[in-house]
Amino acid sequence: MKIVVCIKQVPDTAEVRINPETNTLIRDGVPSIINPYDLHAIEAGLHLKESLGGSVTVLTMGPPQAEGALREAVSIGADEAVLLTDRAFAGSDTLATAYTLSSAVRTMGFDIILCGKQAIDGDTAQVGPEMAEFLDIPHVAYVGKFEDISREGLRVRRLMEDGYDIVETPIPVLLTVVRELNQPRLPSLKGKMRAKKAEIKKLSLADIGADGERVGLAGSPTQVKNIFAPEARKDRKTLAGTPEEQAARLIEELRGLKCI
Amino acid sequence: MNYFLTEEQQMLRDLTSQIAEEKIVPVRAELDEKEEFPHEIMKVLAQSDIFGIFIPEEYGGLGMGSFELCLAVEELSKACLGVSTTYAANALGTYPILLFGSEEQKRKYLPDIAAGKRLVAFALTEANAGSDAAGVQTTATKDGDHYILNGTKQWITNGGEADIYTVIAMTDRSKGPRGASAFIVEKGTPGFSFGKKEKKMGIRASVTSELIFDNCRIPRENLLGREGMGFIVAMKTLDQSRVGVGAQGLGVAQGAIDEAIKFAKQRVQFGKPIISFQAIQHMLADMATQVEASRALVYAVARHIDSGAKDFSKVSAMAKVFATDTAMRVTTDAVQVMGGSGYMREYPVEKMMRDAKILQIYEGTNQIQRNVIGQALIKEAAGRENDS
Repeated sequence: MKIVVCIKQVPDTAEVRINPETNTLIRDGVPSIINPYDLHAIEAGLHLKESLGGSVTVLTMGPPQAEGALREAVSIGADEAVLLTDRAFAGSDTLATAYTLSSAVRTMGFDIILCGKQAIDGDTAQVGPEMAEFLDIPHVAYVGKFEDISREGLRVRRLMEDGYDIVETPIPVLLTVVRELNQPRLPSLKGKMRAKKAEIKKLSLADIGADGERVGLAGSPTQVKNIFAPEARKDRKTLAGTPEEQAARLIEELRGLKCI
Repeated sequence: MNYFLTEEQQMLRDLTSQIAEEKIVPVRAELDEKEEFPHEIMKVLAQSDIFGIFIPEEYGGLGMGSFELCLAVEELSKACLGVSTTYAANALGTYPILLFGSEEQKRKYLPDIAAGKRLVAFALTEANAGSDAAGVQTTATKDGDHYILNGTKQWITNGGEADIYTVIAMTDRSKGPRGASAFIVEKGTPGFSFGKKEKKMGIRASVTSELIFDNCRIPRENLLGREGMGFIVAMKTLDQSRVGVGAQGLGVAQGAIDEAIKFAKQRVQFGKPIISFQAIQHMLADMATQVEASRALVYAVARHIDSGAKDFSKVSAMAKVFATDTAMRVTTDAVQVMGGSGYMREYPVEKMMRDAKILQIYEGTNQIQRNVIGQALIKEAAGRENDS
C-alpha cells in the first residue's frame, strides 16, 4: 500500500505578532511548523501503514527551506520524503498547487493520499479535493474516524456541520482529515537521527512532466478581491439564562435534535 | 551555560523537553491528585525510544550512556518527579541485567526493555533492610534446577506495574552479606504477588508496592552473576544510578525556579512586580546559583562514569547529595517566593516541594551517601600514606 501524505510548511501563527503601527503580521523571525492538520494526516498515514503494510511518503511543494518540514515528518515516522521545488512553482494559487501536486503523485504512484483539511495560513480547504479531481479518483473530506480499514476499501466517518456521514470508498482514494481523527505521535529519537541523514528527493517541473503554463503564477487564475469570514449560519440559537438554566435548555435542545 | 552537548544529545534533550511540556505538564496535577500511574506517558516514552537510551545498540537500544540518561531524567523531572521516578526506577532495575547479566539474559530481556514493552523494577529494600542493606531476610533456596524464593520486599517503585523484577535474596544466610544473590523474577510467576500499595507524600504518579514471594519457583538461569554476588550487584547498580537521582534533583529544582520567576514577574505588591524587590532577587539568585552548581557536578560525574571509570562511588554519591539537598532547598524557596499562591495546589510548586523530599531519602539516604563519601576519603588518605 503506497500512502502519500501532502503537507505544508506554515508560519506558527501562535508566534505571530502584529505590528501595531501598520496592523500587519510581523512574519520575520516567526518559526515555521508543519500545518497542524497535516500532523493528523501523517498520523493517519502511519496508522494505515501499520494496519495495511506498505510505506508512507510525505510530499510538499515549497522553497528549499520546506525541507525542514519534511525532515520533521521523517522523524515522526515517514519512510520517504519528496520536495517539489522549482522557481516555476512560485506564486501558485490552490488550482495550480493542486495541479502540481497531483502531477507529482501521478509520477510517484499512490494508493491512498492524505491531506490535512486545510492550511492554517490560507484556510481554503481546496487543495485536497482539487487534487482528487485532477487524478480522477474519489475523495472524502473532513474524515474524523476510520470505521473500517481493509485493502479493498475504507469506511470512514465524515464530520459535517450538522452531524456526520459514514462513507465507504474504494482505494485509490484521497482523504482530508480533521483533528478529531487521532492524536499525532511525537517524533522518536531514532526517527530524529534518521531524519538528520535522510535523503530528501527533489522533483522539478521537468521531473513531474507538468505543463509549465498551468503551474506557478502563470497557472493561477485566482484574483483576491476581498477576504471575509463566511456568513454565520442562520439557524443559530442563543441560549439565555443562568448557567444552570442554559445547561438545562441545552440538554433539552440536544435531546430535540437527538444528539443525546 | 554551554555544556558542549553533541547534536544527538541536543536532539535527545529537545525531544524529552517536548514530551515533558506537551504530555506531562498538562496531566501532572491530576496524576498527583488521583495517585494514578502514568500509563499513557510511558507509552509516549516507549514510542519515542526514550527507554532505549542507555541500552547498547546490539540489544535494540541507542547505545548512549549515563550522561544522556541524566539529560532525559532532568527534562522529565522539570515537569513531574512522579513520572521521572517511574522512568528512572526502570533504569535502576535494568542495570543489574546490563552490568551482570549473561549474554543469554541480555538477549532475552534487554530488547523488550529498550522498546518500552516491559517495565522493570529493582527490589532490595525490606522492612528490616533499608540503609542497612545487609539486613535482607528474603531467601532463595536452591532446589535442583530452581531456586525457591520466600519473603517480602517493601517500598518497591514500579511494584505491580513492572513486568520484570531484579530481586536481591539470601542464598546463604550464614555468610552474611556474602550470602546474597541477585535474581530476575517475571511478573506472573506462581508464588509471586503484590501486597500493599503505599500512600505517599509526593511522587504520587509513581507506584510503590510490596512484593510477596511465597514459595516462588524460578529457574536457575534467572540467577544474575554468581551465587554470593548479590550485594556487589546491588552496590554497583546503585553507584550507577545515583547520579540519575542527582539529575532528578536538578530537574525539579529548575522546574521550581522557572515557576517562581514566572510568578514573581506577574505578582504585583506595593505597586511593583515582586521580582523588582531585592529580597526576591537574592532568593532567586541563590536558587539559580545552587542549581547551576548541581548541574555542573551531575554532568561532570555522568561523563566521568561514561569515560569508563572503574570506581565512582564517591563522586556518584556527591552528585546525589549535592543536587538533591539543593532540590529540597530550592523547591522550598520557590514556595516561599510565591507565598500563599505557592502553597496552593493551583500552582505546581507545592507538589514539587513534596516530591523533592524523597530524593534525599531513596536510593540511599543522603546520610548514607555521606558515609560513602567519608569512607572513600579515608581510603584515599590511607592510599596516599602507603605511597609515601
